Amino acid sequence: MSLLAAAGPLEPAARSFLSPTGVEIVFLLVGVAVLGAALVTVTTRQLVHAALWLVVALGGLAVEFLLLTAEFIAWVQVLIYLGSVVVLVLFGLMLTKAPIGRSPDADSGNRWAALAVGLATAGTLVTLVVDAFRTSWIDLGAGAGSAKATGEYLFRHWVLPFEALSVLLLAALVGAIVLSRRDDEGKKPRPRPGKLRAGKPVGTSSGKES
Amino acid sequence: MHLAYPAVLAALLFAIGVYGVLARRNTVLVLMSVELMLNAVNLNLVAFDVWLRDALHGGQALTLFTITLAAAEIGLGLAIVLLVFRTRRTADIDRLTALGDPAEDGPAEDDETSDATSAEAVA
Amino acid sequence: MNLALPVLVPVLPALGAVATLASGKRAPGLTRPLAILPVAASAVLALVVALQLGTGQSLDAATRLAPTGGPELSLALHLDGFSSLISVLVGLVATCVQVYSTAYLKDDPRYPSYAALVSLFTAAMFLVVYSGDLVVLLVGWEVMGICSYFLIGHHWETADARSASLKAFLVTKLGDVPFLIGIFLLGADAGTFRIEGVLKAATEGQLSHPTLTALLLLAGVAGKSAQFPLHTWLPDAMAGPTPVSALIHAATMVAAGIYLVARLLPVFLTSGAALVVLSVMAAVTMVGSALCALAQDDLKRVLAYSTVGQLGYMAGALAAGDRQAAVFHLVSHGAFKALLFLAAGVIIHAAHTNSLSAMARMPELRKKVPDAYWTMGIALIALIGLPPFSGFFSKEAVLTAAEHAATGEALTNGLGPASAVPSAAGWIVLVAAGLTALLTAAYAARLWLLAFHSAPVALTAATDAPYSAEIDEADPAHAEPPAMRWPLWVLAIPTMGFGLFGLRSDWLPALLDGGSLRPALETAVIATGLAVAGALIGYGAWRSVTARAAAAAERVPEQAGPPAAETLAPALPKPLADPGRLLLGPLFGPALHGFHVDRLYSALFVRPTLAAAQLVRFLDREVVETYVRGTGTGANLLGWAVRRSQTGNAQTYLSVLLGAVVVLTVLVAVGS
Repeated sequence: MSLLAAAGPLEPAARSFLSPTGVEIVFLLVGVAVLGAALVTVTTRQLVHAALWLVVALGGLAVEFLLLTAEFIAWVQVLIYLGSVVVLVLFGLMLTKAPIGRSPDADSGNRWAALAVGLATAGTLVTLVVDAFRTSWIDLGAGAGSAKATGEYLFRHWVLPFEALSVLLLAALVGAIVLSRRDDEGKKPRPRPGKLRAGKPVGTSSGKES
Repeated sequence: MHLAYPAVLAALLFAIGVYGVLARRNTVLVLMSVELMLNAVNLNLVAFDVWLRDALHGGQALTLFTITLAAAEIGLGLAIVLLVFRTRRTADIDRLTALGDPAEDGPAEDDETSDATSAEAVA
Repeated sequence: MNLALPVLVPVLPALGAVATLASGKRAPGLTRPLAILPVAASAVLALVVALQLGTGQSLDAATRLAPTGGPELSLALHLDGFSSLISVLVGLVATCVQVYSTAYLKDDPRYPSYAALVSLFTAAMFLVVYSGDLVVLLVGWEVMGICSYFLIGHHWETADARSASLKAFLVTKLGDVPFLIGIFLLGADAGTFRIEGVLKAATEGQLSHPTLTALLLLAGVAGKSAQFPLHTWLPDAMAGPTPVSALIHAATMVAAGIYLVARLLPVFLTSGAALVVLSVMAAVTMVGSALCALAQDDLKRVLAYSTVGQLGYMAGALAAGDRQAAVFHLVSHGAFKALLFLAAGVIIHAAHTNSLSAMARMPELRKKVPDAYWTMGIALIALIGLPPFSGFFSKEAVLTAAEHAATGEALTNGLGPASAVPSAAGWIVLVAAGLTALLTAAYAARLWLLAFHSAPVALTAATDAPYSAEIDEADPAHAEPPAMRWPLWVLAIPTMGFGLFGLRSDWLPALLDGGSLRPALETAVIATGLAVAGALIGYGAWRSVTARAAAAAERVPEQAGPPAAETLAPALPKPLADPGRLLLGPLFGPALHGFHVDRLYSALFVRPTLAAAQLVRFLDREVVETYVRGTGTGANLLGWAVRRSQTGNAQTYLSVLLGAVVVLTVLVAVGS
């Protein structure tokens, strides 16, 4: 706590929650939008819509990053999340033959327990965070997250983790290929009868897969 | 800007992600909720990095790494989901209970026989 | 004198027992020699030791056995006239019994173990006799107890034998517990377990609680020697083979208690109260057992009760402070009672029944077993105490001792002052002994007449004899083998002649304490008169009932039931063929059942014990077991619940995990 107390400028008297700055107002509005989109994502019964609302939430987060002066991260967010992850998710949905339209069984039976746990988590975290940081203030100096600055610290201080990460990405790539590679004809892995615990298959008739 | 705003936003987002992970039935949707949680962490990282004015910019660097990892994760995760779907013909997470212990019946009622043997032993 | 000889005496039969057991299955031919030879050798050795020792000498040798921190245990040997005399008796009887058993148990599949136990028993008895250390003596004492248990239960196929062996064991152990405590008290007071040290302490008055110690010792003696409160096991012990009855329950083991009191008599002389208790015990035992013997139908039970009574005589002599009279009677009784039992074995063997009334119906029984007929007659006369047989002299010695004690001049022979014996003890013993002499003569006459001289009626009766405890007998059609005949005559010799040794003061008394064993005129006349009177009463009663039974038989000739057969014709008005019934009158029923002492004990001790056992069983099965079962059921339920939670649904697991994390976090945050 001493580290945190020493790090940030603490001027509680000057900064009131009741007189927000413009940045704060924008941040709050976008934040509300992000929360709303996230809520819809985890509650909607249309699976594809969920993916699309995820786009909204993640995009909103990119805006928040921008507001926090982390430009480069914001664009990376847009590129990777909005560009690739969501696309992957959509592909996943389609490959698993997710039904288009409202599916009544989008939520599992664990829903109420999940709600309780989620609310408890939210309550605890918010309480803690507000209790700890209600007087902390961020001085938003410009340029701290620019591409230039990012490049500097990334390739000056973080170059070894960066390279390690690239190896990890490669491994993930190989793994994903291995996992999703379909065995060729004749060596099709058949479902083992003893382990077949699924109910009726979702989608088309058995034996023919996409 | 108050640090509380991004922190609370991240906390709420994380809680929503938790709810999604626990409540969604489709595995792909669960993965999406995981992404939400990851992004909440990212927001925290960025906010605290800015607040601390770290010379190394550890927060932002870790954010970048996390995003990369998230990409890798979603790729692998989807591959696994696809594999499961192919073998089990479903992507519903609450039907993938092969690791569970099927408890069809009540508590084992085998103490009657042990009673009998103990009675014999006593006799 | 060479120590090896007395050491070998107890060791040889013990080794013989081991060898008999070891060779029993593999070399059955060796069993008989292995059973007889060590015991016979021990008997010879005991005789040699006795001769070498001479009269008036004593020998003590000891080697430290175990340091205990308190009084030390030592393997001590003590030889004097008493021990050598009794060891000779034990050797003689044991040898006779082993020889006799080879014939009596010829076809018994468990003969090797039987012979081994008899040998072991003999060894233990020798150990008791020779031991100079109380703890070592106790070892022999207990080995005898366990051997007795096994031998009584030799026919464990029958419920009688099983319960009798258990009863004998438990009752004697009941006496042994206080006995053990008494030994510890003695050892603690005297600072040693050596008998000579204990006696020295007793004469010097170092015992802190002489009465308590003596009474505790008396409990063990009462158990082992079958005195009144703990006598109930001996009549039941007749379920064992007859030679065992002869060896253990007549001659040796029951004598161990008497012998012990004789050895420790100075301790008892320090407590007049203990002597009075002993005399009352002896008196009750004498009279009660004689009455019981008069009513018994089982030949062996008659003899068993008579043994109890004669042991009462010995205890009476000890209560009168005269141990040499007690040991004198012990030895002569050992001889004639062993003879009685062995003869009874022959008779039972021939008649194939234990029942006197069944024997009474057998024609010509005395012609079938002439040896038993004559030797039993001799032994019975000795038992009654008619001159010149041994019983007369030894019984006279007891009576003389009691008379002296009654007049305050107890014959303690230098072991203590004559005033140590209360005259009350002498009077009690004297009166009881006189009464018992009468009764003894009556039941001996009854036994003799019923068994051999009854009018042979109803020849069919012999075929359905009521019962026989012996299940291993040879075919009764054959004559007894010589091995069953000549031990009778061997034992008849001391029965007839042993009493004469007491006449000269340099013969037997010199071997013992040195006092006179010569019968006094008045007591001799009185006792002989009583014995003759008793015998005549028995004869008269027998004549009377026989005549009446004959008349009854004439009155109901169409009912072929033998008049003497109360067991065969219960519906008939029972003819009084039993003189005991006539003599005892209303006492007959209680006397037949040992005055219901067993029933009393059953009500007082056995049933509460059984009830307590039932309670414990109930508690164990219903209460403790419920907890045990509850543990199992609880674990089962818990397992079932935990199993139910293992659904395989990852979301459930994760929910619980995260919920728990939240709870922990809150707890930590609130708690800190």
